[in-house]
Amino acid sequence: MTPAELAERIRVRCPDTVVARGDVSTIVERDDLLETLAWLRDDDDLSLGFCSSVTATDWPGSDPRLWVAYELRSIEHRHRLRVKVGLADGDAHVPTVSSLYPTANWHERETRDFYGIEFDGHPNLRPLMLPEGWDGFPLLKTEELGGVNTRFEGAFIPPVDTRTTTT
Amino acid sequence: MPVERLEGVHLGKAPEEVEEEVRRGVLLTTLDRAVGWARKQSMWPATFGLACCAIEMMSAGAGRYDLSRWGMELFRASPRQADLMIVAGRVSQKMAPVLRRVYDQMPEPRWVISMGVCASAGGMFTNYAIVQGVDTIVPVDVYVPGCPPKPEMLMHGILKLHEKVRTTEPFK
Amino acid sequence: MADAPTSSASDPQARVDPVPRETHIDERTGELRQETMIINMGPQHPSTHGVLRLLLELDGETVIRCTPIIGYLHTGIEKNTEYRTWMQGVTYVTRADYLAPFFNELGYCLAVERLLGIEAPARAQVIRVLMNELNRISSHLVWLATGGMELGAVSVMLYGFRERELLLDIFEEATGLRMNHAYIRIGGVIMDLPDEGVPHIERFLEEMPARIDDYERLLDENPIWLERNVGVGMLSADEALSLGVTGPMLRAAGVAADVRKDEPYCGYETYDFQVPVGTGADAYTRYRLRIEEMRESMKIVRQCLDRLEPGPVMVQDPKVAWPAKLSVGPDGIGNDPAYIRHIMEESMEALIHHFKMVTEGVEVPAGEVYQAVESPRGELGFYVVSDGGHRPYRVKIRDPSFANLQAVPAMVEGSLVADTIAAIASLDPVMGGVDR
Repeated sequence: MTPAELAERIRVRCPDTVVARGDVSTIVERDDLLETLAWLRDDDDLSLGFCSSVTATDWPGSDPRLWVAYELRSIEHRHRLRVKVGLADGDAHVPTVSSLYPTANWHERETRDFYGIEFDGHPNLRPLMLPEGWDGFPLLKTEELGGVNTRFEGAFIPPVDTRTTTT
Repeated sequence: MPVERLEGVHLGKAPEEVEEEVRRGVLLTTLDRAVGWARKQSMWPATFGLACCAIEMMSAGAGRYDLSRWGMELFRASPRQADLMIVAGRVSQKMAPVLRRVYDQMPEPRWVISMGVCASAGGMFTNYAIVQGVDTIVPVDVYVPGCPPKPEMLMHGILKLHEKVRTTEPFK
Repeated sequence: MADAPTSSASDPQARVDPVPRETHIDERTGELRQETMIINMGPQHPSTHGVLRLLLELDGETVIRCTPIIGYLHTGIEKNTEYRTWMQGVTYVTRADYLAPFFNELGYCLAVERLLGIEAPARAQVIRVLMNELNRISSHLVWLATGGMELGAVSVMLYGFRERELLLDIFEEATGLRMNHAYIRIGGVIMDLPDEGVPHIERFLEEMPARIDDYERLLDENPIWLERNVGVGMLSADEALSLGVTGPMLRAAGVAADVRKDEPYCGYETYDFQVPVGTGADAYTRYRLRIEEMRESMKIVRQCLDRLEPGPVMVQDPKVAWPAKLSVGPDGIGNDPAYIRHIMEESMEALIHHFKMVTEGVEVPAGEVYQAVESPRGELGFYVVSDGGHRPYRVKIRDPSFANLQAVPAMVEGSLVADTIAAIASLDPVMGGVDR
């Protein structure tokens, strides 16, 4: 389907659907997420049964603050859709979609590592990319880039020009 | 090896003692040089390729840039059998304890080449995830810059290390 | 240890009997069964393709459970791009999947160009496809070399890297670097091909088919290669699709999915090429597919050379184009002396423009796009969000190896440890892309 046709089909159930720069994206509420994704996956004309990625973006200062984006793809019909869910500051949890798309298992673990979003019902929400015991969620806009004055496991690594050489 | 006789030099000791010391010194110097030469001749690297620099290190070991001309094509998987650790690639915070443990497992004498700017100083990744210079974890003998360094640059670094090893006194 | 998911289509219980607690004699096979052993493979290991750690629960030589643990090469590339200009993002993104740097650059640049609403000139598109397909061949050669070495065929390692050197010579001549080129930039490519570039590539196209024939003669019917690869690392189409697997892994299971055919970019719809698809779903099928892909890539390169027309390689819009005339010299990449004279002596406005474009860079309108390209490992996607400024707001790299690695437990549980090595070799993961 072309992006415009796809948007028309989806607008029936999810009114907040736009086509921008060739991409179709729709915004759903957290409570409707699992139902909507099940419908997107099982409908024959849509058959968006392949989840490419699950990630998040941080917009501090706006409400909702965290936006989780699910990239869905249909291999048979060769079209794509982006589903977005907005989460308010301090309310960063969303149901897991790993029951519908098993590939989302690791994507959700990574998103939790970086943004602190809890995925309710996830079978194993342990750190994936960061070491166990990492303090903070690095990709939030309120976190610094780091690299200097880094703290990890009790050690403190100062900036390069103040370091002495070890032998 | 011809012995250099120091004629007419008074070292503040009796001539017989001087001669004895000179003879012993020459013997040890010869032994030092022999050991230094032997150590650099066939230095086996441990496999510690992490990222892009690892591919260039493998290219250095492959056919065109042959590390085998110095007896170094045999990358040992077990650090207990290796002399040299070429840290090739960016070291993340999660990998740092593993790096230190592999270094600790290597028996003396051991050397470390830090290959690439990421291992030497953090490279372009001045951020939370990368250790800013592997010399904060292990002592480094030779730093090879580059992103990634061409195999010829790595070979230059290895030859510098060979020079360092050859001229170091092994028995202090 | 229920970590990575296994879909109901692949019930691990069907492959391996559950191991009870006490030592006993198995009625079916008559062998002595004892408790399982948990061992750790990696992260420093010669055969795990980089810093991958596998936690294996073994019953003798059989793998009962396998848990891949990643994150040992996490570099924070995505966070770093938010602190640099759009053009500098290319140098960061190119080091994610370091065996296929042109693909990373292409995906990122196509996404940003969609946000800008511009298109690179025709010659730049052809050069992009040309470099990408040559990179696909070099990435498959590294896969063959390391895969062969891990299975014990050490001479394949030397042959693979020997052929790869031919390609790296071409890359060095065209871009100045052997790896991580930052050649494909927003608006086109940064330099035109040098004069000797096209004849060099033509010489390569003449030599390479014979070398691929050599590989096939050595390995195709080699009994050891067949023993180690046939029936190893099975992954059916249902499992693969639900686990998010793409690339030769998916095509070996019979699903004809290739982003170049499904959602063409850079003019791929105008090139005549096939996408090899197999039905064996094992490591041997993936080997055959990758060899065929190398041949198809050479066909595409031939078509690219035939349709190269003179023209600009960077978009002409002064607000976007990189303000320099670069070329590869004997001591590296340098600026054209006439251009330097122009900005230093002749025109103040040109100097100011050059300064602003290099330090601030292009300004990209607000919005978000997802752009997918077909890398040698599968669907490589870039989710790029802009807030209208000079720096990216969010760059998410959807790396194919990250999704493919989730399939390791499904492929490996129930088989022997040595088959684990063969299965991971056939998966061709690049940990730089997995961990980013």
